[in-house]
Amino acid sequence: FPFPLTYIARLLRIHISERKREEEAESNQNSFAAMAPRKTPVVSRNPQLIRGVGKYSRSKMYHKRGLWAIKAKNGGVFPKHDPKPKAAATPVKPSKFYPADDIKMPLPNKRKAKPTKLRASITPGTVLILLAGRFKGKRVVFLKQLTSGLLLVTGPFKVNGVPLRRVNQAYVIGTSTKVDISGTNVDKFDDKYFAKAAEKKNKKGEGEFFEADKERRRASCHKTRRMTRRLSMQHCLNRLRQCQI
Amino acid sequence: MVKGREGERVRLYVRGTILGYKRSKANQYPNTSLIQIEGVNTKEEVAWYAGKRLAYIYKAKVKKDGSHYRCIWGKVSRSHGNSGVVRAKFTSNLPPKSMGDRVRVFMYPSNI
Repeated sequence: FPFPLTYIARLLRIHISERKREEEAESNQNSFAAMAPRKTPVVSRNPQLIRGVGKYSRSKMYHKRGLWAIKAKNGGVFPKHDPKPKAAATPVKPSKFYPADDIKMPLPNKRKAKPTKLRASITPGTVLILLAGRFKGKRVVFLKQLTSGLLLVTGPFKVNGVPLRRVNQAYVIGTSTKVDISGTNVDKFDDKYFAKAAEKKNKKGEGEFFEADKERRRASCHKTRRMTRRLSMQHCLNRLRQCQI
Repeated sequence: MVKGREGERVRLYVRGTILGYKRSKANQYPNTSLIQIEGVNTKEEVAWYAGKRLAYIYKAKVKKDGSHYRCIWGKVSRSHGNSGVVRAKFTSNLPPKSMGDRVRVFMYPSNI
């Protein structure tokens, strides 16, 4: 028998995998010649000796990829799929306005800002010391880092009058004191929460002060904001009390 | 906060003295000032202060922004010599009358 067993095994394996793909294709109700979506990630069968130089030649790879089997299955010719019907091209209207001179376009900027790397000494529940700003010198509990990179921090308010606040990492010293705030839900608070429009809201304990144009806005968000803050801060406070700070 | 310690004045800066400008024997270069930071006596100790912000605060007769106090901000740039003196650059050069005056060395931008 001229062919080695491995060859037959390969033949069979390819045949079986082809069958599987067919079945998948059928189950997906595609046309039988279409490719089914891959379930395993694509791994190259051609290991690189050096970057750009594969171990196997083109003819060997042809063999390894089983292109001969695909051809054999398709009657000696590589299967061709009809091109997908193109969506009817929407008629392009001639532009109404052509600028007089060539405008210089700025180069595209594809940079994405990442939040600043959080120092190892700062973990949720760490007590921080604020170094600057209105509350400088106050010791404060760190809750989480927001997507802008700023740190979300709270006194808590009842303890030292520092409200839920954002603070930059550079203006903070991380102490080694940690408070266990697991279970405190701070998912509701992000940078949008601190956006300008909401700054006119009432804070806890302050008297009501209605203005005609802001009345509706305030009324709608007032209660929910207070409640969310109260609930989360209450939890935080309870935790603090447990630590006997 | 512990009740008994509220209302204490917290000094969140280190005191520093303005020694003068960076200079050789006969020439001085006013764009860089030399600052002696209190308690810092060796080149190695200066490493912590590199990059920290400085403020030279002075008084003026005319009120600006509602205050008689004015400030020139700066940064510690590097050590100067072996004994803990520090070079600093300010947003505008320090006036010569500031020599011998107090400068505040803040603890930010912090890295602890």
